Amino acid sequence: MAVNQAGAHTLRVCALYPDLMNIYADRGNLLVLQRRCQWRGIGFELAGSGLGEQLDASAHDLLYIGGGQDRDQRLCAEDLLQTKRAALHEAAARKAVILGVCGGYQLLGNTYTLDQQEIEGVGLLDVDTVRDPGQRLIGNIAIEVTLEDGAERRVLAGFENHGGRTRVGLQAQTLGRVLAGHGNDGRSSQEGARQGTTIGTYLHGPLLPKNAWFADWLIAAALNIDRSDLSPLDDRLESEAHASARRAAGV
Amino acid sequence: MSTLLAPKLALARAAGALSRLRGGGATSAPGKLLLKLEPGAIGALSSRLEHGSVLISATNGKTTTAAMVASILEGRGVELVHNQAGANMAGGIASTLLAAARSRARIAGELGLFEVDELWLAPVAASLRGLRAVLLSNLFRDQLDRYGELETIADSWVSALSEGPALAAALVLNADDPLVADLGRDREGDSQESREDEHREVLYFGIDDDTLALPGMAHAADAKHCRRCGAPYVFEAVYLGHLGHYHCPSCGQQRPSPAVRASAVRLDGVRGARFRLSVPTGEAEVKLSLPGLYNVYNALAAAALALALEVELEDIVAGLQGATAAFGRAETVTVDGRETQILLVKNPAGANEILRTLALEPGEHDLLGVLNDNIADGRDVSWIWDADYELLAGRVRSVTCTGTRAPELALRLKYAGIDPSRITVIDDLPRALAAAAANRPEGARKPLYVLPTYTAMLALRALLVQRGEAGSSWL
Repeated sequence: MAVNQAGAHTLRVCALYPDLMNIYADRGNLLVLQRRCQWRGIGFELAGSGLGEQLDASAHDLLYIGGGQDRDQRLCAEDLLQTKRAALHEAAARKAVILGVCGGYQLLGNTYTLDQQEIEGVGLLDVDTVRDPGQRLIGNIAIEVTLEDGAERRVLAGFENHGGRTRVGLQAQTLGRVLAGHGNDGRSSQEGARQGTTIGTYLHGPLLPKNAWFADWLIAAALNIDRSDLSPLDDRLESEAHASARRAAGV
Repeated sequence: MSTLLAPKLALARAAGALSRLRGGGATSAPGKLLLKLEPGAIGALSSRLEHGSVLISATNGKTTTAAMVASILEGRGVELVHNQAGANMAGGIASTLLAAARSRARIAGELGLFEVDELWLAPVAASLRGLRAVLLSNLFRDQLDRYGELETIADSWVSALSEGPALAAALVLNADDPLVADLGRDREGDSQESREDEHREVLYFGIDDDTLALPGMAHAADAKHCRRCGAPYVFEAVYLGHLGHYHCPSCGQQRPSPAVRASAVRLDGVRGARFRLSVPTGEAEVKLSLPGLYNVYNALAAAALALALEVELEDIVAGLQGATAAFGRAETVTVDGRETQILLVKNPAGANEILRTLALEPGEHDLLGVLNDNIADGRDVSWIWDADYELLAGRVRSVTCTGTRAPELALRLKYAGIDPSRITVIDDLPRALAAAAANRPEGARKPLYVLPTYTAMLALRALLVQRGEAGSSWL
């Protein structure tokens, strides 16, 4: 978090590989964060970090990594290990929020196995993913999440399209319980993972437009402020869009 | 063959008639049945075509390009068997051939002109007889839930072109799309050793006009990396999505020099476009009644395919200038007395071109956006966040959103910077259309622009036909 002289907040966001890991319109998530900050008078800074670029662990409050084509995802997996792993762990240690969506979720885990070949992940989430040669898990999805102990249960609605099956280890918690759709593996009714302030989910692409409440949760967490400190917005269209995505999932 | 085939044709035809009587509009149903009865039906029926067949595939522009080719060829008196209603998987192509089939192994037409779905190129190319040319125009991200990644489609095209009847066909390729242009190199590359008997014609088309270059690549641009070596391409000019002039700084691959070129392009809002068409035999000015740079690409593609079929430049120009909007693509109708233009929007690259074209028109617009998530649209509506609706910010007088996912389109427009007080959501299509048509500025004769997804366009047209405000395009 950065606080300027007037005491106002600025959310500093970094998109990892914004030109490669963006296959499902991931920029929708960044746009929602940007607008919801701007409408509240919260400053917003967006940086990108591409292949070969060093990452400054202290310069960002929220780091985002989206999904990509297989080939691009492999390039990014290598680069994450070579140039960004230490900085990401450092950022997580100082409670920056790290959100991995779809392919980005897989890369934040321990390993990703494709055709017997094990690709090492960043290891911020204790999850392991194996690419299943069978059917991809595709469709509308809704999950029920509890983001803080004792907090109310909320619904995240979205769309998933992944060939990987992800198993959550002991160090991480699942993000939510599948109400409709496939989730991590299509069997366990578990979806996503979270460990500290790192979150991964298969609800791909523009997840935040369909779940404005979650965008606000991320903003508050990244700024380390209480959600009630965020001024309310006219969210009528946001609520209708959330309801529409839930209807599509049948929830 | 024909003695065995005839009763199957009759049966499939009868089933099709029955399905239409029951109100089914599906043009592929009789063809699907025919292929079940006789898996070799496409080959058997296409072998009756005296001048063979041509195939057209692309993510965007298949239907319009085929309509332009039809306009060129029909202008020369060529009788076509053409899947003009856009049913472009094997069943649709079989239906089209079935409808043209006559007794005693005859067929009503000389040349088959078929647009084909990207994923169906390989099986359809393998089953056609007398395949003369394959036109491949572009590959953009589209319905990832159905089509998968672009690289996967490109790979399937490589195999489609390197076996069976496609080996003898001329290739007509877009030089400006790196993924597509590379398909021609594959052949040139290995032709010397393994295919000494083949010397396949590869004809490239592309745009040469620096004034059109965009400041940068669109957000949702694809094919940014060399298919040969994986290094990022360097673009000297980007015209549309990832189409433009490029080279690979690592392995040296570069855009092939096109034989069919457009230069001096002038875009005239939603009304039309002009350009200079250059082919190896000469040059001519072309005035299209279809708008936007995307239609200049469609016209170039059609011209190149016609050239591969040995049509003279003069006839090509006449055909292009006479081409009118295909089914729901920049088609103009009247709704409650108001001029209404239907602009099909189904993926980010196509949407961006429509939005760019609309932004060329002065003033504020009245819009009806229809977002459906049926299977033919793609169940995943994520793509609207990749389309640059920001181009409409400050340019919308009113926008009505409808369709199965209307609220999500409304939200996209809000975040694109359109004033929420100008956005209305009306779930029911007939009511939304009536409201949008009625919401007009006093005194001004401004058209209504309708931006539907694919199934929304079909529903809209059915509604307009029912109201007597559009002609039926069903065969």
